[in-house]
Amino acid sequence: MKNKKSFMSSIAAAPHIFWAILFIVLPLLIVIVYAFTDPEGAFTLENVTSLKDYVSIFGLSIELSVIATFICLLVGYPLAYIIARSKPQHQKIFIMLLMLPMWTNLLIRTYSLMALLDDGGFINTVLGTSFHIVGTKGAVIFGMVYDFLPYMVLPIYTCVSKIDKHMWEVASDLGCNTVTTLTKVILPLSLSGIISGVTMVFVPSISTFYISQKLGGGTFELIGDTIERQFVTGAYNVGAAISLVMMILILISLGVMNYFTEENEGGIIP
Amino acid sequence: MKDFNGNIVKPKVTYNDTKVIDLKHIHKQYDGEPVLKDINLYIRDKEFVTLLGPSGCGKTTTLRIIGGFETPDEGQVFFEGKEINDLPPNKRHINTVFQKYALFPHLNVYENIAFPLRLKKKPENEIREKVTEMLKMVALSGFENKGVSTLSGGQQQRVAIARALISHPRVLLLDEPLGALDLKLRKDMQVELKKIQQSVGITFIYVTHDQEEALSMSDTVVVMAEGEIQQIGTPTDIYNEPKNAFVADFIGESNIIDGVMLSDYSVRFAGHTFTCLDKGFDKNEQVDVVVRPEDVDVVEPERGMLTGQVSAVTFKGVHYEIIVDIKGFKWMIQSTDYVAPEQFIGLYIEPDAIHIMKKSKYSGMFGDYSSFSDELEQLSDVESAEEF
Repeated sequence: MKNKKSFMSSIAAAPHIFWAILFIVLPLLIVIVYAFTDPEGAFTLENVTSLKDYVSIFGLSIELSVIATFICLLVGYPLAYIIARSKPQHQKIFIMLLMLPMWTNLLIRTYSLMALLDDGGFINTVLGTSFHIVGTKGAVIFGMVYDFLPYMVLPIYTCVSKIDKHMWEVASDLGCNTVTTLTKVILPLSLSGIISGVTMVFVPSISTFYISQKLGGGTFELIGDTIERQFVTGAYNVGAAISLVMMILILISLGVMNYFTEENEGGIIP
Repeated sequence: MKDFNGNIVKPKVTYNDTKVIDLKHIHKQYDGEPVLKDINLYIRDKEFVTLLGPSGCGKTTTLRIIGGFETPDEGQVFFEGKEINDLPPNKRHINTVFQKYALFPHLNVYENIAFPLRLKKKPENEIREKVTEMLKMVALSGFENKGVSTLSGGQQQRVAIARALISHPRVLLLDEPLGALDLKLRKDMQVELKKIQQSVGITFIYVTHDQEEALSMSDTVVVMAEGEIQQIGTPTDIYNEPKNAFVADFIGESNIIDGVMLSDYSVRFAGHTFTCLDKGFDKNEQVDVVVRPEDVDVVEPERGMLTGQVSAVTFKGVHYEIIVDIKGFKWMIQSTDYVAPEQFIGLYIEPDAIHIMKKSKYSGMFGDYSSFSDELEQLSDVESAEEF
């Protein structure tokens, strides 16, 4: 029985396993192979050692994506909280409004943002001002926040709306005021939502290239741009090495996040 | 209550006459539907009061108004003589044990109980001392570091009680705290709760739909129906002297028959004139007569004050439950002697087994066992189905 069952389930899993090998494992192996070879295919560490030239770009990418993630959290948590605590029929409308921009392609939204913020753009024309926005770090951060905010709000909203409604009453009953209810009870209980939100904003922010290209106005380069440039110019090996380092960086940050989530859930389900 | 020798033990009165909570003319509506209509009720210091009634009677709303989770549309709530209508729950010396326990899932047992003291920034050694004392009281010593989700329902409930009692409130509110427990555990917890209440000397206000629970634990029972208080009294008063047909039916089993008061101490019902102990009614006043099933003696038909044909007999362990048809009205009688279905029997009723009540809007709604069957009872009474 057991053998038959596992045979059946492996049949059922076969297409997925095939898919995963073809499009995830294999490309990953190619990236690794490219990262450690020269264009002639001989083993070399040169690609990896050349990465020291890109340290400042890595630094800038991390800086901007950390700031963007932090702003998303600052804006997203209260928003998610308010939505989760509103009436069920209102919740649907709020979530709909939040999702609405996501129906438009990310690239198009970024272009539109550029049209709005440009030196001769919509805002400056209407206001008759000459704010120089596009080409600053602020514009790139703004673009990241604008593009990825829903990814922060949705997991936190899901998490807060799942908290037992009695928790607010119990907290108040046991002596909490509005602030301590939030800090001592609700925030700890929504930690897993915060961590998924942070992950879902941080990862696309650190690897983005079009936001920095469009809203950065070509004045500075993020690591995503560097990778893109390497591949466009045919420098596959260096591009692969940078990609590899990026993946490792993201893996490490995911690992750290997961560590905190598990610790948090360890309290709930030991 | 009876002790092991079967002697009646008077419940020890622990409360004094200070009014801790005083509700005056409380009205409350939800979406235009009145849920509380002119509730007047005071609760004394160290008293164990139970709000008893079917679901939707307003008992939980009353409790939530006392706790500060709801504000009354009209009327005043007094706490030790001071109006507290607008005081939030965290400013009231009142704590609540919720039906769903509502323990903090991110904290272990120790931290859950310590929570109110941590908020007040008490020193660590004081917290440790008090939590240890509380854990001992609810018999959970050694559970300090357990996650709350690993505990059974009964254990979680006891953590919730310890957490609510640790800051020593003046009043503890309990909203059907044993509702989710199985019958055996519930009985144990009833005894334990009563013991805790007596040892800490705190006023308990307890909400339940389980009349047996109410009778066995309380100093005072408040019977509610349709947003109104039907009767306030000691458990014995409520059982022996129900004020109207609703109370008589809700508390235990009752045969409720239309009767006419002929004069003081004389009432006519079911075609027979009975001697009773009640007086003070108008001559020929229409009344409801309550006869408890266990107070009727089964005798030979010729010796009976009433005669009827047995329509159903159910064995209940201690006694038989007999449904008798007397002139189209079905009586329930509990007897230790077996009678056969279809048999004609006589009923003998002592004067002290008869209780007379004024007519009320509940007259004629209860007390006839025509449609009675155990299965029907279980199906219709979803709330108490878990008891069976």
